[in-house]
Amino acid sequence: MSYTTTMNDDAHHHNPTGWRRWLFSTNHKDIGTLYLLFALTMLFMGGASAMLIRAELFQPGIQLLDPDLYNNLVTNHALLMIFGAVMPAAAGLANWMIPLMIGAPDMALPRMNNLSFWILPAAGTMLILSFVVPFFPGGGSQINTGWTLYPPLSVQVGMSMDFLIFAIHLLGISSVLASINIIVTLLNMRAPGMTMMKMPMFCWTWLVTAFLLILVVPVLAGGVTMLLFDRHFGTSFFDAAGGGDPVLFQHLFWFFGHPEVYVLLLPSIGVLSHIIPTFSRKPLFGYKSMVGAMIAVATIGMVVWAHHQYTIGMSLGAVSYFMIGTIIISIPVGLMIFNFIATMWRGAMTFETPMLFAVAIIMMFTFGGLSGVMLAVVPADMQYHDSMFVVAHFHYVLMPGAVFGLFAGVFYWLPKWTGHMYDERLAKIFFWINVTGFNITFFPQHFLGLAGMPRRIIDYNVMFTEFNAISSIGAMIFGFSHLLLLYIIIKTIRGGEKATAQVWEGAKGLEWQVPSPPPFHTWETPPSIKQVQS
Amino acid sequence: MNHPDLTRKKRRTVWLLSLLVLGMFGFGFALVPLYDLLCEATGIQSVNIRTAADNKTAYAAGQPEINKSRFVTIKFDASVHPNLPWEFAPVVRNMRVNPGKEYLVNFAAHNRSSSQITSQAIPSVAPWQATGFLNKLECFCFQQQTLAGDESVEMPLRFVISPELPAEINSITLSYSLLKLENETAVIQEKKRS
Repeated sequence: MSYTTTMNDDAHHHNPTGWRRWLFSTNHKDIGTLYLLFALTMLFMGGASAMLIRAELFQPGIQLLDPDLYNNLVTNHALLMIFGAVMPAAAGLANWMIPLMIGAPDMALPRMNNLSFWILPAAGTMLILSFVVPFFPGGGSQINTGWTLYPPLSVQVGMSMDFLIFAIHLLGISSVLASINIIVTLLNMRAPGMTMMKMPMFCWTWLVTAFLLILVVPVLAGGVTMLLFDRHFGTSFFDAAGGGDPVLFQHLFWFFGHPEVYVLLLPSIGVLSHIIPTFSRKPLFGYKSMVGAMIAVATIGMVVWAHHQYTIGMSLGAVSYFMIGTIIISIPVGLMIFNFIATMWRGAMTFETPMLFAVAIIMMFTFGGLSGVMLAVVPADMQYHDSMFVVAHFHYVLMPGAVFGLFAGVFYWLPKWTGHMYDERLAKIFFWINVTGFNITFFPQHFLGLAGMPRRIIDYNVMFTEFNAISSIGAMIFGFSHLLLLYIIIKTIRGGEKATAQVWEGAKGLEWQVPSPPPFHTWETPPSIKQVQS
Repeated sequence: MNHPDLTRKKRRTVWLLSLLVLGMFGFGFALVPLYDLLCEATGIQSVNIRTAADNKTAYAAGQPEINKSRFVTIKFDASVHPNLPWEFAPVVRNMRVNPGKEYLVNFAAHNRSSSQITSQAIPSVAPWQATGFLNKLECFCFQQQTLAGDESVEMPLRFVISPELPAEINSITLSYSLLKLENETAVIQEKKRS
């Protein structure tokens, strides 16, 4: 093992124990763990709201929920999953892996790292309060707008909307701080000999993601601030009666919302760029083109937001521009997919759980991408807009593209983090139940949408009953399969077969040169150029 | 790399990124005026600009300049609400017209029932961008139409298409839905007012 330098270096570090270790932590590994645990909690909360939604939609009519509560659950499901589960989980992976991968002793700004995590529980509490408050007398109406918070409805909702606005502010501050930290780390703390174009792919994806976050999250913060002003301070940014325009909010929201999709996707692409070479036992095909494609996706992705708003009545020129721009994005995304396939081509492949997820992601994400091209076409979108087809599309993109990518990353790096191998047999069972459940849930929703079932409505026409019943059964399978994930993770943390430093036979990179689990402090002496290039 | 040097580099990056964050927060607010300015400069129609365009074409209709070199296809379409026992159809379904010229077409209506019924026609234009450029000088949709039992009538529509119709529109569909007017309608309107 090439790693010996740090073991004797604990003299000037105090390692706090108990709750102080976590609350005052400035250690990237501990903060990464906190991020991941927070994300796991939110995953289950967001999942529970999705289960309620699907239980209600099992049969036509109104059985369990009332319409406002249903729509509030739709709002909560989206916000918990996007801001609570996926983004913190990706930030957790970044915290854990980036310093290990680039040979840095820690993140560049450890105290800010602590702050950016500990804002999250406060933000999560505000988010949950926004759901809880309307149940109390005087709590006002429920947030029935969906996560897009379009005015004028969002101006009329009761005080729970204010909780939500502040929750979004806090979540935004947290992710902007985390992004600044990641960029500063990646630009300044790379090991000697690691040029930008030698940086591991996961670091590249996070560099681009962090820049995207810095560019778009403040705009969302501005948008919801205007919403707050419209609600309480008599401004009329979005009120046509006062000279404003409600469509302006849609532009502000989607200026954030579309790049946000790539924020969710890119870290998982980074994870795949490590998993696929490892289990194909070949280097990543087309590293430079991957970097280029990613920057292209991020750049074009910044300027095509209005394809979420085709039906607002834009001019022919404007919709044509947004349509063509959107379809062009499929070229660099396709290039990434082909790079992954070319990496696998004639490789000595084995199918451990991370690789199973990777292969499934490539297939299902491509499928979601294709229905995305359908939605990008303006005349077609006029039909599909706000239908269940859109729901099916973005779940096919975000589940494989973001969530499954994170699952793959967790299985891939869990032995590194805990020092124990996870139970491969259980993990494979989890994979098959999970992916099957996912497809049973969301595939029928394509048909529902094409047949005309609208989204975000508690009741539906009886002609949609069968597919909805299938979808709900799939959702229960899919939802409860995550209990198995939880069990596997707990089991791995508590014990199991000892993992070697390299863990996976084909794994390459600095993170596999430290022991599993890594000691509290790593790379206090930067790795040598020889280590970087091995 | 020595330690103070690294700290300085880190600090510089943090400052630049913080400025970027503040700049983007400001950009969000700058979008409020920019949004209207951009729409105006590029001719993308926002709500305010659309209203202005509609007013302009209404004035232009007074002094039509016939554009003989340009032809626009106008299609007529009619539908009847299921609770109205009428037949209702355009006499001519398609026309090729010159913008700026006045045309007269008829819609045929027949009351199949034996009792007197009043109805109201609701127009809609596709694509909606053409709405402001289709000027109706006389239309049965301006008034309520009352037919006695088994009565038939031809109802006139006189229109001009404005020469300022955007060049990319070369086909317009004018569709009428005929709805039954009953006392209930009056009640609903009363409710809205109160």
